Amino acid sequence: MTLDRRNFLKMLGAGAGAGALHGCAGTAPMVSASGGEIMPKSGRRVVVVGGGYGGTIAAKYVRMLDASIEVVLIERNRQFVSCPFSNLVVGGIRQMSDLTIGYDKLASNHGIKMVYGDVTAIDAAAKTVALAAGTLKYDRLILSPGIDFRFEELAGYDPATTPDVMPHAWKAGPQTELLRKQLLDMKDGSSVVITVPLAPYRCPPGPYERVNMIAMYLKQHKPKSKIIMLDANPDITSKAGLFRKGWAKHYDGMITYKGANKVTAVAVKNRSVLVEGVDEVRGDVINVIPPQRAGNVAVKAGLVGEDKKWCPVNATTFESTLAKDIHVIGDACVAGAMPKSGYSANSEAKICATNVVALMNGRDTVEMSGINTCYSFITGKEAVSVAGVYKVANGSIVAVPNSGGVSPDLSELEAIYAESWLKNILTEMST
Amino acid sequence: MKIRKDGWVVAAGLMALSAASLAAPPTAAMLSNACAGCHGTLGASAGPSMPSLAGQSKVSIVESMNGFKSGARPSTIMGRLAKGYSDAEIDAMGEFFSKQKPVMPVQTLDPAKIAKGQAIHEKSCARCHVEDGKEPKDNSPIVASQWLKYLQVQMDDYASGKRKMLDNKAEKMKPLSRDDLDAVAHFYSSIK
Ligand code: HEC
Repeated sequence: MTLDRRNFLKMLGAGAGAGALHGCAGTAPMVSASGGEIMPKSGRRVVVVGGGYGGTIAAKYVRMLDASIEVVLIERNRQFVSCPFSNLVVGGIRQMSDLTIGYDKLASNHGIKMVYGDVTAIDAAAKTVALAAGTLKYDRLILSPGIDFRFEELAGYDPATTPDVMPHAWKAGPQTELLRKQLLDMKDGSSVVITVPLAPYRCPPGPYERVNMIAMYLKQHKPKSKIIMLDANPDITSKAGLFRKGWAKHYDGMITYKGANKVTAVAVKNRSVLVEGVDEVRGDVINVIPPQRAGNVAVKAGLVGEDKKWCPVNATTFESTLAKDIHVIGDACVAGAMPKSGYSANSEAKICATNVVALMNGRDTVEMSGINTCYSFITGKEAVSVAGVYKVANGSIVAVPNSGGVSPDLSELEAIYAESWLKNILTEMST
Repeated sequence: MKIRKDGWVVAAGLMALSAASLAAPPTAAMLSNACAGCHGTLGASAGPSMPSLAGQSKVSIVESMNGFKSGARPSTIMGRLAKGYSDAEIDAMGEFFSKQKPVMPVQTLDPAKIAKGQAIHEKSCARCHVEDGKEPKDNSPIVASQWLKYLQVQMDDYASGKRKMLDNKAEKMKPLSRDDLDAVAHFYSSIK
């Protein structure tokens, strides 16, 4: 007997019962019955949740590939602030406005319907998402919810108040500005502590680039200050050789890097963190980057796997392996060898959109081919990059052998290209 | 064993296990869309130092990719990326981008340099960069309507010897000063 994918799922459904296949059905309460259905669905509809690096692109490419499919993009905020380049705001060489985009042009250019609000629940069986204002029906749902934090793994951390004192600045926006302000207010001769969670987390090289940007600012304005980096990982998780080279070349003596130093508790009053619950490390500015998992909306919908952190997906369609007709892209999903980065999310969004459109038109799906690229600044003038090309092999996403890798050296030209990287990717998302 | 209508031979057992094995190989669009985060949607770049690929000749794109892949052409990042693609995939992407509509970048150019560049172009470059650089000839790329910054970086790479040239190009380009090359870049960028 031969099976195609749809029949295979149908058969599973018949055997195991719809409840098991729709792992999340009914687990989250429908809070919005009061609101009723908003935007009643007439034709075929894709709902996208999350207007960041993944969601904007998924919405746009579904419309580019099949304008007869209605696309609704649900986003919490009226504007999006990019995490990539936000370390440069912390370092004082970019403005928030350089990283901020709106949705108006994207929506009008592609006929995407914007809904601003918080998704409170997803009902995979009824194929609806709920917001405070009411519910929305979908044929296929694409979630690009980014990350939320596993605050509970840090003793003494109050999610409501601790970030105001010890900013994570791992979602760009007010937290980025707060970290910047703390550096500006700090006295020369102070110490800055930065803590890194165990991988996987959003943007592997991000914490180390942040050290560069803070060191760049301190070297110029507060040269007697020190940076202590407490990394839960055994060593720098990405571009290690290049970061070490940059630290030695530009910030010699300013940075103390400690690998295998996992922060497990914070003491807000003492302005300190505890390594493995024992060694107390004090700082005048403390940037705690907490451990992470898929965005709350995906967790609530039961889309995270056995690790309780990230969403397992099919490597071709990015459809959740736990819920039918729901696709998860970006930082929240497990995309095999592809790292959790903005560029990966962009690439995954296009793969997902291509195959969502194929599935909705009864066509064969297309194997994925994806790219990740990520630039990190060493100074305002020098940058390094990592690049990778990805394909599917035996049902998993793998790096194409003998391709990709990191820059041979620090490079001024790469800093120039990085500028255009940002310009192009934000333009892709906003027009 | 079953032979699918598109000629792919798939073991029935595997098919039931892995939905991915039902997918067709990556299409030109699937491959090319992954480049657009850097080169712009459908290859129309919005970033001054990143080249537009939309409407570039297929021959030139394929030649650039092969040069990046082998290392014959210097690059910061394209070499690492180009190594991830087969000849057939590079061919498909070249075809895809060559068919996209070129988009004129919005940029500020110096009229005096444009005029100077035009004179140099006519004297030294026009034989290969035909129609003011708007048309490809053999494997010469379309250089018109490109971002100035990108052309300047390329001119620098030629002038410094980092990027190698064919003899006939070198013969014309060697006598030109850096200012001359900059003027020519202004001229090509100005061509609609
Ligand atoms: C990180 C962003 C990035 C990605 C992703 C990327 N490129 Fe590039 N591309 C560049 C840069 C930067 C250059 C200039 C050469 C260099 O330094 O690598 C370039 C140059 C080129 C050129 C030469 C253009 C000319 O006429 O001189 C071609 C062709 C090209 N890229 C094709 C592609 C294709 C095809 C893909 C997708 C497989 C791709 N690029 C993906 C950044 C990127």
